[in-house]
Amino acid sequence: MTTLLVIVILVLLSVALWQLTKIFDLTQAGRVSDGTSQVATDKDNNLQGYLMFIFLAFIYLFTIYGLWKWGHLVLHTPASAHGGQVDNLMNITWVLIFFVQTVTQGLLHWFAFKYRGREGQKALYFADNDKLEFVWSVIPAIVLAGLILYGLYAWTNIMFVDEDEDVLVVEIYGKQFSWEARYAGEDNVLGKANVRYIEGVNTLGVDMADPHAQDDKVVNELHLPKGKKVLFKIRSQDVLHSVYLPHFRAQMNAVPGMVTQFAFEPIYTTAEMRDMDFMKEKVHNINELRAKKSAELIAKGQPGLDPYTFDYLLLCNKICGASHYNMQMKVVVDEPEDFKAWLEGKETLSAAVKASKAKPADNEAEGSVTVDADTVKPTTLVSTAPSGAAADSTAKAKPQTKPAK
Amino acid sequence: MSAVAHAHDHSHDHDHAHDHEHHHKDTFITKYIFSIDHKMIAKQYLITGIVMGIIGIGMSLLFRMQLAWPEESFKVFSWFLGDHAPDGVMKNDMYLALVTIHGTIMVFFVLTAGLSGTFSNLLIPLQIGARDMASGFLNMISYWLFFLSSVIMVSSLFVEAGPASAGWTIYPPLSALPQAIGGSGAGMTLWLTSMAVFIASSLMGSLNYVVTVINLRTKGMSMTRLPLTIWAFFITAIIGIISFPVLLSAALLLLMDRSFGTSFFLSDIYIAGEVLHYQGGSPVLFEHLFWFLGHPEVYIVILPAMGLVSEIMATNARKPIFGYRAMIMSILAIAFLSTIVWGHHMFMSGMNPFLGSVFTFTTLLIAIPSAVKAFNWITTLWKGNLQMNPAMLFSMGFVSTFITGGLTGIILGDSTLDINVHDTYFVVAHFHLVMGISALYGMFAGIYHWYPKMFGRMLNKNMGYVHFWITTICAYGVFFPMHFIGLAGLPRRYYTNTNFPLFDDLQNVNVLITLFALVGGAFQLVFLYNFFASIFFGKRAPQNPWNSTTLEWTTPVEHMHGNWPGEIPHVHRWPYDYNKPGHDVDFVPQTVPMKPGEEQLHH
Repeated sequence: MTTLLVIVILVLLSVALWQLTKIFDLTQAGRVSDGTSQVATDKDNNLQGYLMFIFLAFIYLFTIYGLWKWGHLVLHTPASAHGGQVDNLMNITWVLIFFVQTVTQGLLHWFAFKYRGREGQKALYFADNDKLEFVWSVIPAIVLAGLILYGLYAWTNIMFVDEDEDVLVVEIYGKQFSWEARYAGEDNVLGKANVRYIEGVNTLGVDMADPHAQDDKVVNELHLPKGKKVLFKIRSQDVLHSVYLPHFRAQMNAVPGMVTQFAFEPIYTTAEMRDMDFMKEKVHNINELRAKKSAELIAKGQPGLDPYTFDYLLLCNKICGASHYNMQMKVVVDEPEDFKAWLEGKETLSAAVKASKAKPADNEAEGSVTVDADTVKPTTLVSTAPSGAAADSTAKAKPQTKPAK
Repeated sequence: MSAVAHAHDHSHDHDHAHDHEHHHKDTFITKYIFSIDHKMIAKQYLITGIVMGIIGIGMSLLFRMQLAWPEESFKVFSWFLGDHAPDGVMKNDMYLALVTIHGTIMVFFVLTAGLSGTFSNLLIPLQIGARDMASGFLNMISYWLFFLSSVIMVSSLFVEAGPASAGWTIYPPLSALPQAIGGSGAGMTLWLTSMAVFIASSLMGSLNYVVTVINLRTKGMSMTRLPLTIWAFFITAIIGIISFPVLLSAALLLLMDRSFGTSFFLSDIYIAGEVLHYQGGSPVLFEHLFWFLGHPEVYIVILPAMGLVSEIMATNARKPIFGYRAMIMSILAIAFLSTIVWGHHMFMSGMNPFLGSVFTFTTLLIAIPSAVKAFNWITTLWKGNLQMNPAMLFSMGFVSTFITGGLTGIILGDSTLDINVHDTYFVVAHFHLVMGISALYGMFAGIYHWYPKMFGRMLNKNMGYVHFWITTICAYGVFFPMHFIGLAGLPRRYYTNTNFPLFDDLQNVNVLITLFALVGGAFQLVFLYNFFASIFFGKRAPQNPWNSTTLEWTTPVEHMHGNWPGEIPHVHRWPYDYNKPGHDVDFVPQTVPMKPGEEQLHH
């Protein structure tokens, strides 16, 4: 409906403009020299001056409309400790931007209207003014100096992690087109890894000979404890990806051949976030839209849509291939004790590797290891291959055992 | 003169041996195709740029439709995309290809070659009082290399596995490995080849501009009497010469990684079930090399537009440009700073965060000269006698979008704030307004203003007004709402957002954006009609339709090789003596000597 309205308005607007210019064309008929020279006449100056003024109103109203209509879409309460600082700086910057935008657009379009050309009007010969130019070079310089200082202070706080800080070390591993995570285990040190070690269930290429690797655990749903700073060590298997956690105001590229890092402290559990008023409203709004869409789909004979519940997400935010648009991992923030219980329930990678090696020889590389539903759930082409092959090999294994009996 | 021309002249002589008048007449080929006249080359650049612009903008309309109505079937997709849109549904890798080629074409082929190539060629000799470029032959080669690179780029669209699809920034490893995405095969090879040729073209053009401005100014045309257009082209050419070779080196190294197995940018890669042999390279190195060009590139795009706008504003405001020297100083400052801010594209790349601090500092500094320019333009309007020609409207539109888009740069240039808006639609909104739309407005302004000089005819002003107003409303309609969906965390370069229920509430906004884009795109047809029809049917232009002071308006309307029939005019004053006290007319051309006792009222 709004779409139709927009089209109608724009069409009408253009027709109106066209007609107006035509009328002015006709009124010019008498003044041949001016009317057909294709150089703006006083009538043009007048009309265009007024339109400039109307356009100023359009900019202001469109801004207000946008804030009212779409303002609630903008990311709300940050879920990380440093997020407040980021949002604070953002808000200060916004105040500045709106102020400058309102004033400068106002002046620009007001002057365009006020000083529209008129026969006999004389422009002021005003070529320079040192004082004026000094003032508007220095004011931006001072304001920007403030912003730079605040920004650099925040940036340093966020990006530099002290060696002796008590952090939980987690590896995020990206590949076309899924994410995995590895917890460093009891020793809180990640085992060494390189893509050249990738084999079977060891999809992250962890060096199993490294003592630090023995207690590492690999999962494909990221759980984080509330109130503890988490240091993410980020790797990529194939192309550039970007770990983007918008609710936590966190982002860092995953670069093949190097380990990048980002650290933050989650401050709201998933349950707490779901319970916030703004979030309830947002989810309610989304579910209304989904219900409508779902009804349309069902009417067309297609499967409907599930209702949405909020979850933190990790998105890929660097173009990484055809399915870049669907590379995500669910993130859950738990109370510390729930997190501990969850992590303890996970099998270590070394156990998984041993289990897969213990199988008959024809199973070896593929690893038909039984794991928890949410541990290493194969979601990509690369990792579906092993599970497919595993199914094959178990099927093959059966007839082989028969003659032995 | 080329060999072709001589051969033709020779055969001509046989037919009309007695007819001496025909000796130096240009043939069709030397006049319209392999011309060495800068005015013809400018027109060639412009028309090639417009054709590339039609392709680039057309692509954006296609992928905007996909974003508004994801995975729906459209006849228009089948027509244009063929096998890349089975049953009229755009495929996901084709979406990325469209985004990539749209960016490449608009940045390099339209806004670099189409804008700077056109107006540098047209205006440098005319406004400094030279008969032609320093080397007309080099100039001709420059255009034809540009044409060749355009042909290669367009031909890459017809490669079976699709054209380059790794984004216009072609970050490896995605751009290096055909296993990673189909477009990184032959499509990417053609992309790199095309860009290598383009860079050669750009360098020849830039060297020519620099040499011409330094050496061929007419008597009296000191550097501080140059119109701001020339200053902008001059400095643009210098930053082009500094930064384009770096892109060439990046492209060559990438070609080697792709074809000869070197590891400049690649290391530790496991893809399609096997470990590749690459070891020790770094994609971050490519990012540095790319943006060492890539950032100055946005100023290569915007500085010429700034120059055009300054000139057009002064002429149509019937006032001197405010703060002429400050304008020059800010062009110099922007050009200098533009070469040391590239890292702000890489805050999240994994480079040392300390570098991020340095680049935040340099980046926010660039806001100061930009602010000075904006204030100076606004002050130029103050107490003017504004002649609302379409060129003037586009110039004011330029200032408006430059401010709106530029202000959000304060957010993106601040590494702390960039964390959460990096690579989202917020970035898309920012750069489209500040360098895409603004530069396009600069280009439109230039076309409306200098069309009489180029074609000897006037563009229809009423069509110009319709074109301006619809374009300007639609441009805000497209890019203003994009800020909101970016701040909601929506990443760019997603084929569809339907896999994230989180973003379902952004869909209506996306539909609105697409509608504005479609209407805005459609109304460019008004411009195209006006442009092409006026070449043949436009009203004949007088010599100086806008009562301008600069030298190009002292040349005859009919083009002639050498620009001025007699002596080259001498220059006696700066180019902005509009409404100068003590004169009867409201403009005093640069060729008019100072009256006895006349004072210079600017500094």
